[in-house]
Amino acid sequence: MLTLEPRTAGPLRQVLTPVLAIVATMIAGGILFMLLGKNPVEAIKIIFVDPLFDAYSRSELLVKAAPLALIATGLSFGYRANVWNIGAEGQFILGAICGGAVGLAFYGIDGWFVLPLMAVAGMLGGFAWAMIPAFLRTRFNANEILVSLMLVYVATLLLSALVSGPLRDPDGFNFPESRQFHDSATLPILLQGTRVHIGIVIALLVSLVGWLVLQRHVFGFQIKLMGAAPRAAHFAGVSTNRMVYLCLGISGALAGLAGMFEAAGPVGQLVPSLPAGYGFTAIIVAFLGRLHPAGIILASLVLALTIIGGETAQYLLQVPKAAISVFQGMLLFFLLAFEIFTRFRLRRSGAGATA
Amino acid sequence: MISRRTLLAATTAAALSAGAGLAQDDPVKVGFIYVGPIGDFGWSYEHDQGRLAIEEHFGDQVETTYLESVPEGPDAERAIRQLAQAGHDLIFTTSFGYMNPTLKVAEQFPDVKFEHATGFKRLDNVSTYSGRFYEGRTVLGHIAGHMTETNTIGYIASFPIPEVVRGINSAYLAAKEVNPDVEFKIVWVNTWFDPGKEADAANALIEQGADVIMQHTDSPAAMTIAEEKGIYAFGQASDMMEFGPNARLSSIIDNWAPYYIDRTQAVIDGTWESKDTWDGIGPGMTEIGEFSDKIPAEVQASAQEIADKIAAGEMHSFTGPVNKQDGSAWLAEGETADDGTLLGMNFYVEGISGELPQ
Amino acid sequence: MANNISPVLLFASIIAAAQPLVFAAVGEMITEKSGVLNLGVEGMMIIGAIAGFATAVTTGSPLLGVLAAAIAGAALALVFGFLTQVLLANQVATGLALTMFGLGLAALIGQPFSGVKPPPFPKLDLAVISDLPVVGPLLFNHNLMVYFGLVLVALIWAFLTFTRTGLTLRAVGEDHDAAHALGYNVILIRLTAIAVGGAMAGMGGAYLSLVRVPQWTEGMTAGSGWIALAIVVFGTWRTWRVMLGAYLFGGVTILQLNMQIADITPLWLVVLALFLAAVSVTVRSFRSSAPASPWMIGLWFTTLLAGSIAIRHPVSIPTEYLNMAPYIATILVLVAMSADKLRANINAPASLGRVFHRTG
Repeated sequence: MLTLEPRTAGPLRQVLTPVLAIVATMIAGGILFMLLGKNPVEAIKIIFVDPLFDAYSRSELLVKAAPLALIATGLSFGYRANVWNIGAEGQFILGAICGGAVGLAFYGIDGWFVLPLMAVAGMLGGFAWAMIPAFLRTRFNANEILVSLMLVYVATLLLSALVSGPLRDPDGFNFPESRQFHDSATLPILLQGTRVHIGIVIALLVSLVGWLVLQRHVFGFQIKLMGAAPRAAHFAGVSTNRMVYLCLGISGALAGLAGMFEAAGPVGQLVPSLPAGYGFTAIIVAFLGRLHPAGIILASLVLALTIIGGETAQYLLQVPKAAISVFQGMLLFFLLAFEIFTRFRLRRSGAGATA
Repeated sequence: MISRRTLLAATTAAALSAGAGLAQDDPVKVGFIYVGPIGDFGWSYEHDQGRLAIEEHFGDQVETTYLESVPEGPDAERAIRQLAQAGHDLIFTTSFGYMNPTLKVAEQFPDVKFEHATGFKRLDNVSTYSGRFYEGRTVLGHIAGHMTETNTIGYIASFPIPEVVRGINSAYLAAKEVNPDVEFKIVWVNTWFDPGKEADAANALIEQGADVIMQHTDSPAAMTIAEEKGIYAFGQASDMMEFGPNARLSSIIDNWAPYYIDRTQAVIDGTWESKDTWDGIGPGMTEIGEFSDKIPAEVQASAQEIADKIAAGEMHSFTGPVNKQDGSAWLAEGETADDGTLLGMNFYVEGISGELPQ
Repeated sequence: MANNISPVLLFASIIAAAQPLVFAAVGEMITEKSGVLNLGVEGMMIIGAIAGFATAVTTGSPLLGVLAAAIAGAALALVFGFLTQVLLANQVATGLALTMFGLGLAALIGQPFSGVKPPPFPKLDLAVISDLPVVGPLLFNHNLMVYFGLVLVALIWAFLTFTRTGLTLRAVGEDHDAAHALGYNVILIRLTAIAVGGAMAGMGGAYLSLVRVPQWTEGMTAGSGWIALAIVVFGTWRTWRVMLGAYLFGGVTILQLNMQIADITPLWLVVLALFLAAVSVTVRSFRSSAPASPWMIGLWFTTLLAGSIAIRHPVSIPTEYLNMAPYIATILVLVAMSADKLRANINAPASLGRVFHRTG
């Protein structure tokens, strides 16, 4: 009988497992493409390799990965402390709404202050939305997983109501979308001809700060303690309520910021289709990155790679979109499955386990 | 359960036929961006039929590709740009939400020609095109007015944009013309595509007395329900015959093929220019599906006459006297609506009850 | 209030429309009762929708279709079960991945089935009884799946309430370490619960593609799986309440559509929701013979206020705000339930979402 035994994996194993998972996905995905009558080697190359050797695809990798990394970094704090915010999508939307509304309020006004103001509004929006589950958990003991999830639906509907109501483009023939933001409310582009915006740099900085906080700051220590040994944390004087507020607040604010970046960056206006599932994908990114800022950056890039490579494969090989989704689903399964080898070691146990 | 072999054979065959026709000497590359899956049997399906028509017409001269189910959010720009960068000469972006992304990409690729469906912003290398579907709705409204016995026509509407409002108004005016007692029951579902909700809406309309259903949403769900409940309906975007052999009276078919072939030819000839196209029954962009034998012969004849007159430009769907819903005058006797008003239409005509959501 | 909405037909169509939610939500409730949170309901539903459809079309038998849907849903659920129970992967992330995978796989399998007509699903037809006024359409004229669903719900309720295995399932969801110490096979029990949840979700999907719509289109579940998750919470993990919750959630859409057609201000929906909330709070306070709380009085007052506004001002509210109502109600229910520590302990599985790792 085999049993699992917890272990702390060395850095090599930490890196090796995701690589193994990707290799496994390539094999399984190759079989899938072969069954669809495509050349598996070519398909895998288009998805995993080609985007890396094309300047524009590389820039798009960053555009796609940045919001994921930003949100996932925020979420990882809470997940380490057993605070389960799965409503980042809603906080993302609120960030876009609040940031976007400020941008629209200053429509036609040039000023350096517009963007910072939008960023603050976006963060506040996401923060406030995350405070709802925080308050309900601390005050009424309501499960934050479920409350934050419910609030995603509310946020989606709110965005849709606002862009077909008060925030609708007055010259847009009644189409449910806002005006396009004025130049002063649009994120500066760093590389001409791409969509690489300043938000990407900020996402990187946030990850760095996140890593420092986790490693060096007492808050990082408290988070780890609360996750690993809640009772010990309690005796060490860590206030659970305070941690819930902090964790949800940080993740909400970062998700809100990501939402504002997305609205003021690649999209440039408020549209009902703005939330492209970043908030949910970021949850997966957080786990794939093993709740570590560096891992999260890598994980967000890998996911972005499959999304962009998948699009290319779609039109180059005429693979249906569905096949790409299946492929991505498999990648996630493998990554999640292989993670076990970093956390546990297999042991042959003498006694037949009676469970 | 279907065997894996047949399934694979089917998908492989589909993929092969899509990839067929690769040419030797520098074919013109035409790309398409679809908002839904090509199997939606509505909007995206018909655009893909247009793409296949190009392949058939030009053979080795062209190479076509498509990206399906591209969401209208931040990913649209990248998808369009990927096609532009991959050397496509002509790119059709087939949903309203692609308007701004199309313009952004077009600015960076001045040599690539873009065609955006249903939008209103153009550039030197961006054309816009759409169908005058309201003309088709005049014909369907005429049929519906004749066929309803409860004098109640149900209308499943998506979003209160001018396109949809125009369709409701033109259908209502035509139905009212032949049946003064007719009443329209309109239900807004706030989605283009949600088969479950569309089916629920159809059921609700039927329960409240509708015996003819018109729709401006993309799935054939309402048609299926109409068939089940034994009432009448019309195909939308595509013919939808197979979903309601008894229920289907006729249909509005978006026939993009002539336009797509025309524009591809223009690129091949080097005569492509940015323009705005809004074609109706005449040029064949809006096509009326075959009439069912359930429609009495004289009604078929009068409906055909309307279609012919509209096609010939002798008749306009909006001809006065027409008042707005609040009773204020809109079109005087014999006056026809101008395109500007039609493009921004945000009011019901007199006689329609209920409030237009704003 | 009823303009020309027939209440009988309305309730009949609510029952018909909410049936996929009943299946999926009750299934997810079982999974959650065992302490596992599977966010992949949407993925399992859509796999059921296509598996059921494909089987019904190829074999010509809708009943075989439902069976296939259940098997397919359970199979997909077991992928989740294997990852989360055996390989100890995170439940939230795995559930999300399951939804993505399921949607893709269903679309891939479904490609040859677009635009195909499924064989008709048998309806209950009891001749005279089905034609009775009122009760006929309300109770005796539904699709067989509706009755099957009801029977299934009743069985599940009985199973959870009266059987020893049901008790074990709940014990595992409550405290897996204790259950393990008592000698129960936590993992096996959870895997079974996950599979049953998947089978139910699959059947919900099959209902959608074979009965409610009936056709196959990509992405046809359109978010029902996520709503099912909300309903479980709304129903406070109790079988009959979850079923009621499904009718309520499904009913809001149907009612909203009907009110639009009949030109009735949707404000009445808000009034109705407030009224129901007020009644339930009152009943609850009577039961526990607690004194009338200011909350309760406030709720009744708001109901009256909203009612009088609805009578005087037939305003139109954007439907989005109405559609928010069920989710906000769910949060309120969750709060009301969790705030009461005792109740929370009885209903919500305490180990929900927590990883069980068997040591030794």
